[in-house]
Amino acid sequence: MLKYKYNPIILMVSRVVSPFIMLFALYVIFHGHYSPGGGFQGGTLLAASLLLIRLAAGSEIAQLQFRSVLGTPLGSLGVLIYFGAGFTALLFGGQFLNYGFLPVAGLTAAELRSLGILMVEIGVGLAVMAILVAIYDDLLEGYQDD
Amino acid sequence: MIDFILGHYVYWAIIALLIIGLYGMIFKNNLAKKLIGMTIFQVAIIMFYVASASKWAATVPVLDTALGAAEAAKYISPLQHCLMLTAIVVGVATSGVAFALVISIFRTYKTLTESVLLERMKSS
Amino acid sequence: MIINNSPALAPLLLLAAAISIPVLALLSKRLAYLTAIATSLVATAVSVLNLWRVWESGPLRYHFGGWTPPIGIEYVVDPLSAFVALVVNAVALVVLWHAMGLADEEIAGRAVPYYSLVLLLLCGANGMILTGDLFNLYVFLEIFSLACYGLIGIGEKQAAVASFRYLIMGTVGASFYLLGLGFIYIVTGSLNMADLRNILPLVYGNPAITAGLTLIVVGMGIKMAIFPLHGWLPDAYTYAPSTTSALIAPLGTKVAAYVIIRVLFYVFDAGYVSGALPMTDFIAWLAAIGIIYGSVLAIAQNEMKRMLAYSSVAQIGYIGLGIGMANPFGFIGAVLHIVNHAFMKGTLFLVAANLRKNSGHSDIARLDAAYRKKLPWSMAAFTLAALSMIGLPPTAGFFSKWYLALAAVDKGNWVFLAVILVSSLLNAVYFFRILERVYLLPPPAGEKEGEGFPLKSKTGAGLGLGEEKWGLMIPACVLSFCLLLLGIGNAGIVKGVIQRIIPIGM
Repeated sequence: MLKYKYNPIILMVSRVVSPFIMLFALYVIFHGHYSPGGGFQGGTLLAASLLLIRLAAGSEIAQLQFRSVLGTPLGSLGVLIYFGAGFTALLFGGQFLNYGFLPVAGLTAAELRSLGILMVEIGVGLAVMAILVAIYDDLLEGYQDD
Repeated sequence: MIDFILGHYVYWAIIALLIIGLYGMIFKNNLAKKLIGMTIFQVAIIMFYVASASKWAATVPVLDTALGAAEAAKYISPLQHCLMLTAIVVGVATSGVAFALVISIFRTYKTLTESVLLERMKSS
Repeated sequence: MIINNSPALAPLLLLAAAISIPVLALLSKRLAYLTAIATSLVATAVSVLNLWRVWESGPLRYHFGGWTPPIGIEYVVDPLSAFVALVVNAVALVVLWHAMGLADEEIAGRAVPYYSLVLLLLCGANGMILTGDLFNLYVFLEIFSLACYGLIGIGEKQAAVASFRYLIMGTVGASFYLLGLGFIYIVTGSLNMADLRNILPLVYGNPAITAGLTLIVVGMGIKMAIFPLHGWLPDAYTYAPSTTSALIAPLGTKVAAYVIIRVLFYVFDAGYVSGALPMTDFIAWLAAIGIIYGSVLAIAQNEMKRMLAYSSVAQIGYIGLGIGMANPFGFIGAVLHIVNHAFMKGTLFLVAANLRKNSGHSDIARLDAAYRKKLPWSMAAFTLAALSMIGLPPTAGFFSKWYLALAAVDKGNWVFLAVILVSSLLNAVYFFRILERVYLLPPPAGEKEGEGFPLKSKTGAGLGLGEEKWGLMIPACVLSFCLLLLGIGNAGIVKGVIQRIIPIGM
């Protein structure tokens, strides 16, 4: 593994670009259910924005942006959001993932399905982001870069 | 005959990728190269499904205000694309597990070349 | 509500528990194991409920998301899938019970991800068995396989290499399945098993369908470890930790065999795959060679887990032979052998785990009569399982071999009958080798019988019999006692469950 060298251009550009990647990723997640995009694609972009800082500035400074210990619990939380959306539909009389039965007042069945898919996409995006960053951190455990 | 070969050029390219992937998995000595071969093999199968979904003179399966929803034949088939999203995620997860195993092997035996690895396994 | 949703409850609860374990373990590490075994118990109860419901009212269909098939994904619970799901969950429950005693030594410090992976493995197995949609089967197949690779890689030094080899071969197998499924989808336009059963007779002559079926059978054959696609199996079973071997050996290959049965006989027509397209003949001959190959190589092994791995290759050959003969007796023999082998291999690997925990090794050359005193109940369970593997009545193994022999006679194929009988003899050779050493060979001089107890347990568990803990001894005995029950009750299983679902066209 190459030793980390301080490079001002890479550091500056990464710090400026990373929030914009996150914004674009949120756009991709929220437009997933009726145009190209979706949970997995947006989650990968979110992970890319975090991994950019990990590669540019080193793992220690990158902890200020996203702490490594949050990886697996956030991944579990994302999948539990997905599971919760489906299970709520099951508890209220429908089958698993039948969003027409979600207990939100005042929406037609089509709008309820749209809302259900959106919740699933958000859960998936969160899970994918956390797990991809966790894979990167685990593969690099034990390497010093200063 | 020439018509058949030229008309199916996509599938010939996919077959070539499949063969390259299998060649990498079987004949390469380094474990990381075997993984690259496996990834190429999986990507070739993804390409196969996506290629089978396309149609002449059809547009992306996003609702177009000009066309409307009635003419389903003017959109390409979206089912294979959705199936391949799942397959891509499966490929990512498999690569993650594979790289973790490769790093574990490297830490134990300090080599990734298969012939040297087999010798060190026999002697340890 | 539980009753209406029971087909889907087992995989869903297993998935939710597998995901919650890393979160719960932040509170206490003990919760990981307790969640695992509680969820496994609930999954077994749901399987019993499903079997009872199918018994009363026929096959159940569960539509996910409310979408009707063939647009939506459905779970189909018919007698075959309910029964195999019950066997899988029951064996996994007993093995998880046994795992409590081993956790400190084998997987120290990694218990939380280990039990999470175990639950994901069970979720994948349940999903594969219950699903009625071919692509959904691929998704659960990959969940199951990835959990297997992780569980095997946690073992000894060479476990990572064994797991890597299994990963490459297993991914090739699953990719072949996906490619075959692609061919079938392009020709027929449907992924639902029941729908395909209606569409496929219209397109049987199409070479794409033949190619698709071949790829699916080869892909699942790699996961099932039919000869010559078994290369990953010996190393993977030997170097994995004891609980993993005891989980994957009874379950992994059986679920793949179930998928082949489902695709060959319930999606395609049984008459077509044995007549016009001789796929089943091919499987039968490869299985027959595998039986002899596995048995002969098992005799040559020195270490018990490796011997049991090659023995597994031979026993998978029996199931493949039953599938390949494609007549009602063969089908009954194959399904009965799936059940019997799960219990037999579970017992044998648990006893090997007890040996390793007690003496630190499981080499056959170092066994002698002192082990009869050290581990009396484990050796009794081993004896019962060995008699069942050889095929002595009234243990369970006799009846599945009996049905396979009847199938060979029915087909008029005397080679297969000879293979079954000769392999029983070979099984006897390698099991009696161990039984002779344990019960008849006096220990080396200088060590009287009864001495040399590793009296590590101070709680007096085991009533002075020398066994280390109740928690290691009782699961092995429970599984071996079930072999007696399965043997005596096999007529009930055949009449009540298997004969209801003999595929049409046999």
